[in-house]
Amino acid sequence: MARRMPEEGRVFVQSESELAAISMVMGAALTGARAMTTSSSPGVSLMQEGISYLCGCELPAVIANVVRGGPGLGNIMAAQSDYFQAVKGGGHGDYRLLVLAPASVQEMYDFAYLAFDAAFAYRNPVMILSDGLIGQMMEPVAFRAPQHLRIAGVNYDASSWALTGAMGRPPRSIKSLLLGDGVLEAHNRTLQEKYQRMSAQVRYEALQTEDAEHIFVAYGICARICQGALARLRGEGLRVGLLRPITLWPFPSAWLRAHAAQLRHIMAVELSCGQMVEDVRLAVGDTTRVAFHGRCGGGVMTVDELCAEARRVFTQEH
Amino acid sequence: MHYTRPTALQDVATHYCAGCGHGVAHRLIAEVVDELGIRERTLAVAPVGCAVLAYDYWNFDVTEAAHGRAPAVATGMRRCNPDKVVFTYQGDGDLAAIGAGEIVNAANRGELISVFFINNATYGMTGGQMAPTTMLHQRTTTSPRGRETRAEGWPMKVVEMLAQLDGTAYAVRCALDTPKNIRAARAAIKKAFEVQLAGQGLAIVELLSACPVGWGMKPVEAIKAMAGTMTAQFPLGVVKQREK
Repeated sequence: MARRMPEEGRVFVQSESELAAISMVMGAALTGARAMTTSSSPGVSLMQEGISYLCGCELPAVIANVVRGGPGLGNIMAAQSDYFQAVKGGGHGDYRLLVLAPASVQEMYDFAYLAFDAAFAYRNPVMILSDGLIGQMMEPVAFRAPQHLRIAGVNYDASSWALTGAMGRPPRSIKSLLLGDGVLEAHNRTLQEKYQRMSAQVRYEALQTEDAEHIFVAYGICARICQGALARLRGEGLRVGLLRPITLWPFPSAWLRAHAAQLRHIMAVELSCGQMVEDVRLAVGDTTRVAFHGRCGGGVMTVDELCAEARRVFTQEH
Repeated sequence: MHYTRPTALQDVATHYCAGCGHGVAHRLIAEVVDELGIRERTLAVAPVGCAVLAYDYWNFDVTEAAHGRAPAVATGMRRCNPDKVVFTYQGDGDLAAIGAGEIVNAANRGELISVFFINNATYGMTGGQMAPTTMLHQRTTTSPRGRETRAEGWPMKVVEMLAQLDGTAYAVRCALDTPKNIRAARAAIKKAFEVQLAGQGLAIVELLSACPVGWGMKPVEAIKAMAGTMTAQFPLGVVKQREK
């Protein structure tokens, strides 16, 4: 980006910190520019301040987090342990990000379009939550706008709300400080209504779920590993499927609720000690048994390991 | 001198305490914005602190930044909008403590922004705690025995520090106490905008300002106390002026 952005007549700034980076994004977004920043877990922790402000001010922006192991400095191996931070709101206040989870290098590219579409459609930050494996792997990529993914009719013209200079109009202020009696509560209600509308953007991929008795629920690199396990387990006669959430928020809870009764087992598979699994359990309640298989701290399950665990869990009687 | 309300200032009463320098600083900036004819292309970043409500007083586009982050927000605004005039308005807790990293690096990059830095030697809004610029022996709620170097360090000389950076084109300290000093402050504010318009680098104007409530003084007493005590620790004048 340092090389390409100036060639395209655009702006690239190397910031001194993630605190500054997200604030620079906010400054650009305030003027209606399409702005993004990217970091890996510890840096994204620093960005939580600015993300909360972006949400409070209803500004569009894209943040990419290529997740590494934690907590603390952790390590630089792949992990999915920032799910809670991304999905539940890592900063202060009641807010939501639309969170996209690419599972291939192609989706890393494609979701950038979708992320900006959603950011401007809802004037809200969007996070691309990836991991250190997807973020570093090499795969063929087709560089063309993914029309099938895009949100129709998004208005990128920010002139009706952005800070563009008070020329021929009254001055504008964009802020999140709302001190008047009841004003902040009303603002929060408006935000919640927007998040309700954003829930229409839920996206997922259901693989071989039509006749499935057992499913994996996995996103990002884990979904790829589950696909490997799926082929093998099907060959052994187990009717296994995969639900791959593409949006982590909004989460495909409705799909899970609708299919829970037909499923004997659900297994959430994550590179964490169990984060997304909580949303799976919230979705299905006591209807279906929800198991969890996770690796953490940079560990990654193999297909063999996952198959062994799946055979053990999926053959258990209730 | 203007004796009418500048166009760049809204016709409203401010919430500032008697003797506070914010109202004077707001007006000086508004006068200069009018004089330079830049009101319709000015974008300002208000701080966290008493002056967060500056967007209710100025008659141009204003946003607010998280505490200390104004220079980074201004960087994003200015870099994406080279035709606009961008300034930050920050207090000492904002700029010199929590936002020290942002101002130092914005200055070092030579960002084309103007920075108006209100130094009242205390955190005014939160009840008068010690700031990086609190003077030696000054009593605050968090230095109740007076600031001592051994425990609390020295008052931070911000413009002298930023003047060391090559990206800083203009660094000056003024005081909002006497008519003479206020006139000098107005000239410095104008220069800070001109430096930005000429694309020379970051310009910072430190404005010494009274905080009678934070200092536990009456308004007139506080303003009078600035000469001598405050200016002895924070000498007035141009620290740096790079012509290109």
